[in-house]
Order: sequence, then C-alpha cells, then structure tokens
Amino acid sequence: MSTESLSSTEKPVKFVSGITVRLVGDSGDGMQLLGQQLTNTSALLGNDVATFPDFPAEIRAPRGTRAGVSGFQVQFASHEVHTPGDTLDALVAMNPAALVTNLADLPKGGLLIVNEDSFEDKDLKLAKLSTSPLEDPAMENYRLIKVPMTRLTKEAVAEFGLGSKDADRCKNFFAMGLVYWLYGRNMDATLRFIHGKFGAGKSVIADANEKALRSGWAFGETIEALGHSYNVEAAKLTPGTYRNIMGNQALAWGLLAAAQRSGKEVFYASYPITPASDILHELARYKNFGVCTFQAEDEIAAVCSAIGAAYGGQMGVTTSSGPGIALKTEAMGLAIMLELPLLVIDVQRGGPSTGLPTKTEQADLLQVMFGRNGEAPLPVLAARSPGDCFEIVQEAWMLATQLMLPVVVLSDGYIANGAEPWLIPDVSKLSPIKIEHPQGNNNPNGPFKPYLRNELLARPWAIPGTPGLMHRVGGIEKEDGTGNISYDPENHQKMVNIRAQKVANAAKLLPPQQVVGPQSGELLVLSWGGTYGACLTAVQKAQEAGRSVALAHIRYLNPFPSNLGEIISRYEKVLIPELNMGQLRMLIRSRYLVDAVGYNKVKGKPFTVTELFEKICEMTKSSHRSNAVSTK
Amino acid sequence: MSTALNVLKADDFASDQDVRWCPGCGDYSILAQMKKVLPEIGIPPEQTVFISGIGCSSRFPYYVNTYGVHSIHGRAPAVATGLKLSRPDLSVWVITGDGDALSIGGNHFIHLLRRNVDLNIVLFNNRIYGLTKGQYSPTSVEGQITKSTPMGVVDHPLNPISIAIGAEATFIARSVDSNIKHLATVLKRAAAHRGTSFVEVYQNCNVFNDGAFSYAQDKATRDDTTIELEHGKPLIYGKNRDKGIRLNGFSLEIVNLADGKVKEDDLLFHDEHADPALVYLLSRMRHPAFPEPIGVFRNVVHETFEEAVRGQIDQTVSQRGKGDLQKLFSSGDTWTVKA
Repeated sequence: MSTESLSSTEKPVKFVSGITVRLVGDSGDGMQLLGQQLTNTSALLGNDVATFPDFPAEIRAPRGTRAGVSGFQVQFASHEVHTPGDTLDALVAMNPAALVTNLADLPKGGLLIVNEDSFEDKDLKLAKLSTSPLEDPAMENYRLIKVPMTRLTKEAVAEFGLGSKDADRCKNFFAMGLVYWLYGRNMDATLRFIHGKFGAGKSVIADANEKALRSGWAFGETIEALGHSYNVEAAKLTPGTYRNIMGNQALAWGLLAAAQRSGKEVFYASYPITPASDILHELARYKNFGVCTFQAEDEIAAVCSAIGAAYGGQMGVTTSSGPGIALKTEAMGLAIMLELPLLVIDVQRGGPSTGLPTKTEQADLLQVMFGRNGEAPLPVLAARSPGDCFEIVQEAWMLATQLMLPVVVLSDGYIANGAEPWLIPDVSKLSPIKIEHPQGNNNPNGPFKPYLRNELLARPWAIPGTPGLMHRVGGIEKEDGTGNISYDPENHQKMVNIRAQKVANAAKLLPPQQVVGPQSGELLVLSWGGTYGACLTAVQKAQEAGRSVALAHIRYLNPFPSNLGEIISRYEKVLIPELNMGQLRMLIRSRYLVDAVGYNKVKGKPFTVTELFEKICEMTKSSHRSNAVSTK
Repeated sequence: MSTALNVLKADDFASDQDVRWCPGCGDYSILAQMKKVLPEIGIPPEQTVFISGIGCSSRFPYYVNTYGVHSIHGRAPAVATGLKLSRPDLSVWVITGDGDALSIGGNHFIHLLRRNVDLNIVLFNNRIYGLTKGQYSPTSVEGQITKSTPMGVVDHPLNPISIAIGAEATFIARSVDSNIKHLATVLKRAAAHRGTSFVEVYQNCNVFNDGAFSYAQDKATRDDTTIELEHGKPLIYGKNRDKGIRLNGFSLEIVNLADGKVKEDDLLFHDEHADPALVYLLSRMRHPAFPEPIGVFRNVVHETFEEAVRGQIDQTVSQRGKGDLQKLFSSGDTWTVKA
C-alpha cells in the first residue's frame, strides 16, 4: 500500500485556536497509542500540545467494565498551552462504560463520537447499565455521532482475510482516521508508525490498520452529519527544532546529558514501580552511552548499589515512586552521612501505601523532606513539566557533586506520562559540570582526611584506586576532618550543623525565584511540581481579567530560593494550590510565618484551570485591572 | 607497582584505628589472618575495598588500611554490587555476620550469590546477635537460651552453606576462627576465585554465646568433630584418620576404616565441581551426628555478573558506536519553527 496522505477535505474547514479531545475505551483498546499518535501528529503540524493519559493500574481490566476504562486527553493549539485542557471539544467513546464515566466532562454542545456497535445488551451489562445511555434524552445536549465502527472496520479490512479478533483490533485506527479527518490532521506520521510497528513479517496487519485509518477518514468526509471539519494553525513557538517529549523520557535523557557534562557514566539502579519504570526501560536502551542499568532485587538494593557506585566515583542514580522511596529512606540517610553524590528520583503517585499507582499526586514532599531518622536534610528539586525533567536532573547532579550529598528530584505521574513539544538543545553548548577526584594527600602530618572541607563545606570525593588516599566511610557519626568514628557530643553537634549548612549552601548555586506577573499586589500564587501548567494558565487568565495576582512557581523546595521570603512579603495574600492536603503550605507557613491559604485536591487528577481561576477570583477584588496589567 | 607489592606486609594493611571488639573475641583471629593473607594475594591496599553492614563483624573495615564502607544493616551485598559493577577493577570484600547476611539482609545475600558478582563474602557466624547484646540469630540452634528467648529458641536455624548452594554460588567454603592455618588457606582460595566467593567462618562470641563452636575449635576434639574437604581426596577424618564418609543411596553415612572392611576407594571422594545436590548433602552434615565439613565445598567457573553486564555495554558500543546525544535528541519525528 502507498503511504501518501489522503488529499485534503472537500468540505468546509473551520479554523479554531485550540482543540481538546479525549479518547476513551477499554484498557486493551489502544487508547494510549491513539492518544500518542494524535499528540505527535499535532506537534508535527506545529501546534503546542499538552497531554493527560489516564489509565487503570490493571493491565487488562475486565473488558467493558468501568474499572477498565482507559483514557487519553490532548489539547493542541495555535498558542502556548500548559495543560491538557479543562473542557472537552470532543469525546470519542468506544464503549458504554467509557461513555458514562467520562460524559460529565463534555460540555453541552460538545461533539460525542461513539462506537454504536458496542452498545448491545451484553456491553450495557458489563458497564452495569440497565438501559443504553444513547437512548437517554440527555443525549440531545450533545452533537452525537453514532458510528458503527466495528462493522465498518470489519468490512473495510475484509480483503486482508484477518481473523475476526485481528479485524476487530483495527477499529481503533478507524476511530483515529475519523478524528484525523475532523481536525485536519495529516496521517503521514501515523502511517509511518503503523508500518514501523506492524511492518516486519506481518505486513498484512499493517496494511489492514492503514486501511482502517483511511476508512475512518473517508467516513468523516462522507457522512452528512459532519458538515465541516476543524483545523488549528501552527503555534508561534520559540524558533528552533522541536520534538515531542514525555516526562520520563526527558528525565532519562537529562541523566545522559548530566553524565556527559561531568565526564561520568550513569550507574542507574531501580526496582520496577509505576509510574517510574519507563525511566529504566529508556536507559536500558542506551548502553552505548556507557549507561549501566541494574534492576535490583528490591528498592533498598537499588539505592544501596547506587551508593556503592558513587563511592567508586560514578554517577549513582536510583528512581522510584512513593512506596519505594519509603523503603530507600534508611539508605538515603546513609548517603547523607557518607557525603557522597547521589540522585534519588521520586515519580510521585497517589498514596498512601499502594494507593493509586497510575494516578498523579504531590503527596511525597514531606516524605522526602523529613522521612528519615535523625537530622537528615537534603536538597529537594521538583520538575514542573515533561520537558523540565531534562533540565532539573542536570541541576540536581550539579548540586550533588558540588556539595557532595544526595539530592531528591520530584516528578509525578502526570509529568512522567505527559508529553509536550521540546526545543532540542544544542549539545555542544551544554557547559561542563566540573568534578575533581583528589590525587594527593591533604594531610601533611598523617593519613588522608576524607572529611576536610572546601568553602561550600563539601568533602573531597577521593575514589578507590587512588594510592595513598585509603579511607573508610560509614553511617556512624564521624569526626570532622578525619572521618574517624566519634561519639563526642560537641563533634556531633558540629557535624549536624555542617550537614544542614551544606544543604543551605545549595541556594548559592541556584538562581533566585522568578515571579510571573506584578512584583507586588494582592495575591501571590505559590505552586510547585506538575501543577505548573494549570497554575500558570489560571494566573494569566486572572491577570487578563484584571486581578492583582502573580505566580511564583518553586522548582527548588529545599533549600528555598534565598529571595522567596522577600517575594512573599510583597503580597497581601498567598494561595498555595497542591495535589495534597497542604504540604508546601506547611513548609511555607513554618518558614516564613505567613498565613498562606491552601487549595488542595487529592482525586488522582490534575487541577483544572477553571477551579484555580475561580479560587483566585474568590481571593482577589475585581477592580485591579489598571495596576495589575500595567506592571506585568 | 610489582616491586612495591613485594615489600607489603601485614602491617601495611593495619589502619591507625583502635580495634574495639571485646577481648577474646574470635573476630581478632579473622582480622589477623586477613591482614596476613592480603599481602600474599598481592593486590595493593588502594585497589582493595571492604564493605560491611551492621554488627560486631561489620566494624571490620575500620581496622584494615584499604578503602572501606561501613554501610547499613544487611545491605553490604547491594553496596558492593554497585561498586563492583561500576568499578570492576577493584578487589571487593564483603564482611558480614549471621544476623546481617541471613536475617535483615537475606534477600541481598541470595541475589549476590546467584548473580555471581566477582567479590568475596566472609560471614562471621557466631549464632547470636552480639552488638545488640544477646538476642538469638537465624543460625541459633533450637532450644538455645538467649535474652530474647528465655524459654529457648523455637525457630529452625538457617544453614548458610545450604542456602549458598540453593542460590548456586560458585565458591562455597567454611572455616573456623581458631584454626588459623586453615582459615588463611580458605581466605586465599576465596580471593583467587573469579565470581562470588562465600566463606562461612565459625566465630566464637565469648560474651553472649561462648563455646557455641567449641567442638570445632578445641584441638582435643576438632579432628573428630570436623572433616577437612580436599578436592579429589576421600572423606576421611578422626584423630587416627580411621573414619570415613560413604554415600549410601542418597544419604551419607559414617564408616569405620579401622577394621579394614571398608576400603578408601569405597568412600565419597570430594569433588569441588560436583553436582550441587551432592554438595548439599555435605552441607547437611551436622554435629554431633556427623563431623562438620570445613574447607571448600564447591568451586566452579561461571561468567561473572560484571563481565556479563559490561559485556553488553561493550557489545552495544561496538555495534552502534559510542552514543551521540545530539543524534539521540534529534531522532524520530522533529519539526522546525522558523524565526
């Protein structure tokens, strides 16, 4: 089959500034794959994109049930977008369970495309419905397009002689074709994907999927119920070459970049856990970068082996999610005592305990801040978007090596699986991260002193194999300088102070806090982590509506940027939206004695812009247009 | 380098730290033998790393002038695995105890053995928790009275050698703290083996479990209560070397050689490369029913973990060339936004 794209539509095309679509179906229906294809295609067309994959923890939850519904939401626009969108323009539902669990997010007048072949009695029963939702009078509120997808797909691919099951599997590409027609998406990239994925050895599957895709497109062009299609022009992004990137992928690539910048090899140890495992999968593919991946027997072995690698002078990294971080706790304390560089990355998910493995939450902040025995502070950084993961792990590695301590990086399920366009950096312009391993003894009067410090209080990173610098490190309190075991009361106080001051010194190596919006005013929104997009969009919307509000999005949670307290003091009120019950708020209140207000949600879902906008409006007066906008 | 090595002595491996074990502890003997053996192994101190967990034995790294990490309870095998994977050039020793390796660190211990990382584990088995002052350990015997078992231990003890065989360790040996010549020989052989070498050392805790291994330590009794395994030789023991071990069906039995009815050729001949099932039978020989074997139970060659891991890295580099970040970032679908 040829892979040229179909000619453009002959129906009228209506250009809009942005579209939000959600694709929902069974977890085995390939909704994630379709969503990624639509995202990639839209990015290639120059749109800005933001995504929200939402799927159950079970790999193949019982077919047709509400528990098994898997969804993928994407917003593509001709302007910058930072969220996957609050309200849907279109909902594509492959079965009744998917329809009823998602319909609430489709506003009146929204486009609703359903596979009507999957609304038979048995399907309704699986979704625990007594009558078909398609017969509900409420359907009149939507532009309902009932498509016999199963039948049309089977007819379309009949020529390939596939079995009934394989033929049925092609229906997701039929749905995709229809969506591509509806939004003027070019099919080339998806056709390349189909032939790349199914091509070798079983090209009949590839051909059938291509046929299904084209049939879906042709269906849109043909039926009268769709009088016109839509399209979205390219966004005006910063010039340069872009690609689409997902959070976990960016994180893995950031580790590669950090290693190259510092002349190290990545030693990456982890234990499989959702939603962090994709980092392991990604890095395991890059052995030619010298990456050593180690799938350990448990979370504790993962972090301990990374500590071993760090002692040997390599770049030790371990990743996990909340439950795994809990297990790594004791070893993180050890790394603090050994004063070795180490990266501990927590891709947060809903908790506590096993919690909501595939859903997002920001509730590990206090765990990574305080979840260790004794006085055991360490720097904590948080990525704000998928692309930001690339930057933040490099900053974390810079801190870890300059200060000789473990650093925690927080991501979350929303960032990890979300995607956005990423301006490909010029690798030749990445600055080196300078690391020194001493070769000579620093003590003219005796054995090498492993805990003699520089101006940042960092100790020398002497590594095994260096003659004359043999030394022992351990978890027992040690004498400053010599590193010998010491139970001396004054020394313990001194060492606790030093370890705390080292963390505080990180602020000297990091940029000051930036503010989006007026430099003073009525309300400051303080946010961190993956809520950045929703908070930024809500704040900008409120600014446009004349509210006196600014955003300070914090990437460095410990230590806080040195100017943060001063920034906070310039606003009358502080609002801290978090996907937890008030963890940053607790830190801010105790540190700055400010009566910050929280907006908290733990539903396994990201914030909507609307809910944050409404909260901002509730906390601000409506008559500030003149000074708020002019000082922006 | 080699000339410098020739002059290395035990003292070159002594650190400047005061040893803080209880007077009379069996650990002193193991430390002394290790310091004696290290110069003979011929690896310089800067290429040697001792890694330990928590417990009396785990203070060991502080007392040898090499590189060392005194890590956390039970995790030394994991720390050591990370170090050896990233620095295959180093000679790595893990020092551990029965609580550290078999209780809190049991998981890591098994996985280290089955992976066959090229390092040496020395497990000081004293059948008691010493540093926490006298609770029973996974190797304490049934009925043993300890602080935490005033009515006697009810747990069935773990047999470290049996576990090592189950995990398919490639080098498994046992020695006794007071049998210094034997201990030195076993440590040297462990160091020479490529792959994970596991050595169990019977070690007396004279404070909390004194005499636990007296049958194997006392010169008066040890010839009758232990049997020295020697590759290719029949299993003979006893002060007068008049007793032997014979394989009868799928069991071992003690036979008397004195009356001449049983010939040496009828005995079990020790084979360090034998099927693990046979080695397992040896590990089940327990005092007082049997003499307990000391020496090398098993010694087989298998690819080491770090060779396999580094091998995949080298193979990928030779097939695809050294990784190029710019190429990687620009791979797949990209688009350009013009100024």
